[in-house]
Amino acid sequence: MSDPALALEVRNVTKRFPGVVANDKVNFTLRKGEIHALLGENGAGKSTLMNIIYGLYSQDEGEIYIDGERADIKDPNDAIARGIGMVHQHFMLVPVFTVAENIVLGSETTNGPTLDMRTAHQQIRQLSVDYGLEVDPRAIVEDLPVGLQQRVEIIKALYRDARILVLDEPTSVLTPQEASDLFRIMRELSDRGVSIIFITHKLKEVLAIADRITVMRRGRVVGTTTPEEVDEPQLAAMMVGREVLLRVDKEPATPGDEVLVVQDLRARDDRLVETVRGVSFSVCAGEILGIAGVQGNGQTELAEVLTGLRPAMGGTVYLGGVPIPFQEPRFLVENGLAHIPEDRQKHGLVLSYTVADNLVLNTYYQEPYAQGIRRRSGPILQRAAELIKQYDVRTPGPQALVGTLSGGNQQKVIVARELSRPVRLMVANQPTRGLDVGSIEFIHRRLVEERDRGVAVLLISAELDEIMGLSDRIAVIYHGQIVATLPAEEATREQLGILMAGGTVAERQPAG
Amino acid sequence: MEATLPTTAQDNFFYRHRLMVGLLLVIGVIVAVAHSQEPRITHAVLSATLRQSTPLVLGALCGLWGERTGVINIGIEGQMLLGAFIGFLVNVFTGNLFLAVSAGILMGVLLGLLLAFMSVTLKMDQIIGGTVINILALGITGYFYQQGLTTQGKLQPLPLGPLADIPLIGPVLFNNPPITYLTLFLVGFSHYLLFYSRWGLRSRAVGEHPRAADTVGINVYLMRYVNVMFGGGMAGLAGAFLSLEAVGTFERAMTNGRGFLALAVMIFGKWTPLGSWGAALLVGLTYALNTQFQFLGLGEIPPQFMGTLPYLITIIVLAVFVGHARPPAAEGIPYEKE
Repeated sequence: MSDPALALEVRNVTKRFPGVVANDKVNFTLRKGEIHALLGENGAGKSTLMNIIYGLYSQDEGEIYIDGERADIKDPNDAIARGIGMVHQHFMLVPVFTVAENIVLGSETTNGPTLDMRTAHQQIRQLSVDYGLEVDPRAIVEDLPVGLQQRVEIIKALYRDARILVLDEPTSVLTPQEASDLFRIMRELSDRGVSIIFITHKLKEVLAIADRITVMRRGRVVGTTTPEEVDEPQLAAMMVGREVLLRVDKEPATPGDEVLVVQDLRARDDRLVETVRGVSFSVCAGEILGIAGVQGNGQTELAEVLTGLRPAMGGTVYLGGVPIPFQEPRFLVENGLAHIPEDRQKHGLVLSYTVADNLVLNTYYQEPYAQGIRRRSGPILQRAAELIKQYDVRTPGPQALVGTLSGGNQQKVIVARELSRPVRLMVANQPTRGLDVGSIEFIHRRLVEERDRGVAVLLISAELDEIMGLSDRIAVIYHGQIVATLPAEEATREQLGILMAGGTVAERQPAG
Repeated sequence: MEATLPTTAQDNFFYRHRLMVGLLLVIGVIVAVAHSQEPRITHAVLSATLRQSTPLVLGALCGLWGERTGVINIGIEGQMLLGAFIGFLVNVFTGNLFLAVSAGILMGVLLGLLLAFMSVTLKMDQIIGGTVINILALGITGYFYQQGLTTQGKLQPLPLGPLADIPLIGPVLFNNPPITYLTLFLVGFSHYLLFYSRWGLRSRAVGEHPRAADTVGINVYLMRYVNVMFGGGMAGLAGAFLSLEAVGTFERAMTNGRGFLALAVMIFGKWTPLGSWGAALLVGLTYALNTQFQFLGLGEIPPQFMGTLPYLITIIVLAVFVGHARPPAAEGIPYEKE
């Protein structure tokens, strides 16, 4: 038995994976109706713990109690039956299904073997009314904005009578407005007695919404506290285990000539939908232009066009005064383009190659790494050893497969490769996505160093803090268009948030 | 899927399916005119169309039940061939056609089980798994087939009472052997099952986003096993159709690429039972017309040219009537639990 006032208690849970202890004697309590933030870096063990509670993993040791009773959760069905609902970071929704189909999936109302969608629609409408979560049950999920998709996930849990709701990094895909909407919903749910576990690594959000905060680091619980007792730097220190510089130190920019000029650029995505719809901007040598925007507003295609990976449908791009559309990526690379791609594992690295080979992916055909058609491993390995040292890549050696490194170290390999040659323009798309605080610090510092060296940096990011901390100017992209360009010192979070959601701000500067 | 919302589907059914409705009207008019001019030829062509389409639509149903749950089945050819062979052997040794057809189906189910084991449990490459079945079927049937085995009859047409007396439609649709009727039933049944039943909703979820299905407690592996085996049964039935209903005997490699053509039919039909049926009828029609033209000896046109007709028509219809088709998102990818 445990305290019945607790919705959930986790006692001494240990989970080992080959080579790591993901959860080391973890203790965690959730009171009824509270919002309890679980804070930690990537790999701290938050998701492992939640997957144990949701029955996706089974713990090696320890017990879980729900409403004071010991619970043996073997699979998600057990968890659902005990009133646990989970909203995963990557939504567990079938894109081609309707909202209603997604919600009822696995707990369908039927009439004999036939689906009874009419009753399902009524039940969903009722839930929408009860909890203030408006959504059309007939809409196809892939047509909905992410904020609404998340709402569908929450209704999905409520439809299964969830009393404990786990939200895994729920704000990572939302605009600030959508996030505050989510917080309102969370408050509403907790007022109605739903207990919420809120997993995140964003300190501001934790302080804004949580009733209690538990911090995890390297598989252990560091401590539990409340927003009244701590501030941001203290939480960051708990999370990382040392003092962290949350701000990037940088001098004011000294912009030089225009390096990248984009005029009226248009491009389509893979589904042939025009997602870049007449974008114009320029980046000068020695400045960082941040492109702020919610994911899926054309940033991916914009970056791909600029780096030669996707044809433009119209408009012009000049790199150092030379028009470059329809150029091969190699031409661009040889003319001083560096690129940190959005998806490092898919487009940044060949995971089944060694660290050394990945470090020469854009220069392997040049002297001294190649001689005629022959590849020379001596210079390649030597180069790799230098870069590994210079960029502090934690790897067993240059011959290790890059796929075996952690995300932060993989990103360092990309940065090392891209910056270890003369560069005029750096296109960094979501350069710190999914990285731990230490690696983020490193990458940010490098970007500012490159700027100070006179490189034009185009930073595309969905993280407002990153955009605001690094950029000299900020352009906001919404629905494939730059809706505003502001000097960084004049931009506020609220203003950017409104622009990112497609709203307008009174003092708006002409784009350019 | 649109079809799961009956109320909206009825609202503007004719508008949303205007291409199909138009196509059906045109076909109806052509058939009526043809029938008034040349009743015997029209009857022969339509019957041949239905006959040719039967194994194709069964194969396509086999393929789509697999792919809708995420398993690509390119072993349909082999499932058909072994189904045809086992059905034939059982007919030879027992003389019981019901047992023979059941044995053909069972063979298909067992090969489905083998494919599911390879692709779901062993997580093998599904293309290789299917190829294994095709090679296995060719080898086994080639090795064990003896010439001179004679059967004791094949499945005979069963006229459906007064329905069979309707002019043209009666003899074409309601005077067929049992597997043809069963196939028509299976098309409708598959459509209902896939789009209107709990089983179908879960199957499609597993084929689109297996992890999402897993997190709501659906057994991804079980769904894949059952559907691949269900499909296998239909491929076995297609084999039984060939050896026990259409031809009445077994020949080496008698499926003659129909298993692969069935996959094209399935894609053509956009992974839907009704669409596949339409596609199979079209391909069947081109075969029927081809045979009929050769039979009538339209002397001026070289037969080689007429032989390309099925493919030409297929290409034109694909280009004009079938828009962008999107396969199930998770097909071909073995599911790994975390």
